[in-house]
Amino acid sequence: MTDSPILETRSLGKRFSIGTRFSAEGKRTVHAVDNVSLTVRRGETVGLVGESGCGKSTLARCLVRLYDISDGELLFEGEDITSKSLSELRPLRRRLQMVFQDPSASLNPRRRVGDLVAEPLRIHGKLSSREIAARVAELFELVGLLPDHVMRYPHEFSGGQRQRVGIARAIALNPDLVVLDEPVSALDVSVQAQIVNLLADLQEKLNLTYIFIAHDLSVVRQVSTRIAVMYLGSIVEEGPAEEVFATSAHPYSQALISAVPVVETTPSGTRKRIILTGDVPSPLKPPSGCRFHPRCPIAVERCRTERPELKEYRPGRKVACHFPTV
Amino acid sequence: MILSVRDLKVSFRTNDGLVRAIDGVSFDLEESEILGVVGESGSGKTVSLLAVMGLITDPNASIEGSIRYKGRELVGLPPRELRRLRGNEIAMIFQDPMTALTPVYTIGWQIAEQIRAHQNISKAKAMARVEELLAEVNFPNPHEAMSRYPHQLSGGMRQRAVIAMALSCNPALLVADEPTTALDVTVQAGILDLVRKLRATHKSAVVFITHDMGVVSELADRVMVMYAGRVVERGSRMELFSDPRHPYTRALLGSIPPLTGEKPRRLPAIPGSPPSLLRLPQGCAFGPRCPVHYEPCVTGRPDLGIGTHAAACFRVAQA
Repeated sequence: MTDSPILETRSLGKRFSIGTRFSAEGKRTVHAVDNVSLTVRRGETVGLVGESGCGKSTLARCLVRLYDISDGELLFEGEDITSKSLSELRPLRRRLQMVFQDPSASLNPRRRVGDLVAEPLRIHGKLSSREIAARVAELFELVGLLPDHVMRYPHEFSGGQRQRVGIARAIALNPDLVVLDEPVSALDVSVQAQIVNLLADLQEKLNLTYIFIAHDLSVVRQVSTRIAVMYLGSIVEEGPAEEVFATSAHPYSQALISAVPVVETTPSGTRKRIILTGDVPSPLKPPSGCRFHPRCPIAVERCRTERPELKEYRPGRKVACHFPTV
Repeated sequence: MILSVRDLKVSFRTNDGLVRAIDGVSFDLEESEILGVVGESGSGKTVSLLAVMGLITDPNASIEGSIRYKGRELVGLPPRELRRLRGNEIAMIFQDPMTALTPVYTIGWQIAEQIRAHQNISKAKAMARVEELLAEVNFPNPHEAMSRYPHQLSGGMRQRAVIAMALSCNPALLVADEPTTALDVTVQAGILDLVRKLRATHKSAVVFITHDMGVVSELADRVMVMYAGRVVERGSRMELFSDPRHPYTRALLGSIPPLTGEKPRRLPAIPGSPPSLLRLPQGCAFGPRCPVHYEPCVTGRPDLGIGTHAAACFRVAQA
């Protein structure tokens, strides 16, 4: 448990080309992730939040090199892995794992779950089949599944149990970093808390580092030590989770957090809510200057022309806004 | 009284046995009242509203009980009569707006078609009404939006278009099934605002189905919590959230991570998962997951009882 960065991005960007030269608008480029510099330290959980289309899932896939990186650098334990080939990446894959949103889509329905959890062990390890069986049993216990569950098929499980299988598979190779892309979003409310607790327990036991993506902000706050708020492909605010929620500096973070419906027990205690007008602009035609300015309640002329940089205004707190609330 | 549902039971015959999707649900709805229905998947919240809409057409389904809309019995009404009510007097909004819109026609065309299906007016007049409606649901440029196809709109805008369609005939009853679940919180806030505004201007009664306790607490006048096909607690918004009685309601509220203040080290989770409707436990369906269950819960099934704030739980009845 040190403060050494395990993963670092420097001005990371991901571009997708869409359309062809024959389509109406011709060939175009989408900057799904644009100039992201993020440091993830060992043992912490970094939460990525933002509206759909803000690039949080694209960024997550770049971080584990499921996507090739278009711009900038990606460093794992100080080593540049931006342009490593697939075979060079292979030894790294076991240390960088991912858990996906829909466990029923990421588990092969025709294979027994014990087999699914054993697969990474077979591919990466040099274990005998007896050792593999022992490790699978150990993993099942770790994620709260019963030993005789190994012979079942994914459809025989509830959503929460399937996600446990997905997690068992991700931690099978003792990874250092796990990227969790909406791991609890498809689950029922009563089951979400179980999985959130399981993830916290595993982090403690196995000294894992998490990158956690969810659109449910209260869940993100619960699991994260730090939070990065994304808007149109870039980070607009970053800081310790509780601080960002209590005193957000960027007008977008403020609006996002104020929009979360919370259970109110006092009749008059309605929180002040900032309702944003309009939708997230298309990343194909991002606005000039600050990308948030067309929806920003405090935008002025300067925001239309000059793009604010993500700057540290206080130790640990960063914001990209000309007029942050500090 | 707009809607009065009494002892509604819906079951489906399947190869694996009888699925009791709803088992004895009763509720009333007054004019311009918002009723929030909360529950997890499989709790029966959607099926009960599909029954109200007369949209359960599965030949293996059996519907018992009574659904009275403005005093008129809907159970057993011929499809032709139901069709006259649906869209005209009762409108529905679904979770995914794409399923309610056809991709091959413009938004304006689709809403105008709906109006002309129920009212005898000219195409031009219907189109003018569409523009009004789109303006009412806060489309920034309603005239231009009419010529758009669904895929050209964002999720929030699509849901607004569906709401405009639902409102086109001034329904007395609006049924919304998780209308904001697929949307971002920022967009959701706008839609909730819109529902509140429409209740005020159109005097429509609204049944709002959701799994999100926060949404219910911000929107509903009265709340109904469902579990495994039954109502386990009902009450006014204030009653339910300041004094939750049923262990399930309490546990659900407790498992929501807080947005402010100290973070709990662990979340108080509910153990297990919701029961299969094919194999409901004898006695109270929540019993196996309940922290305070005792002998009576194993054999007997607690009733909801009467009163505005009521919980179907032996412990509550005993207290």
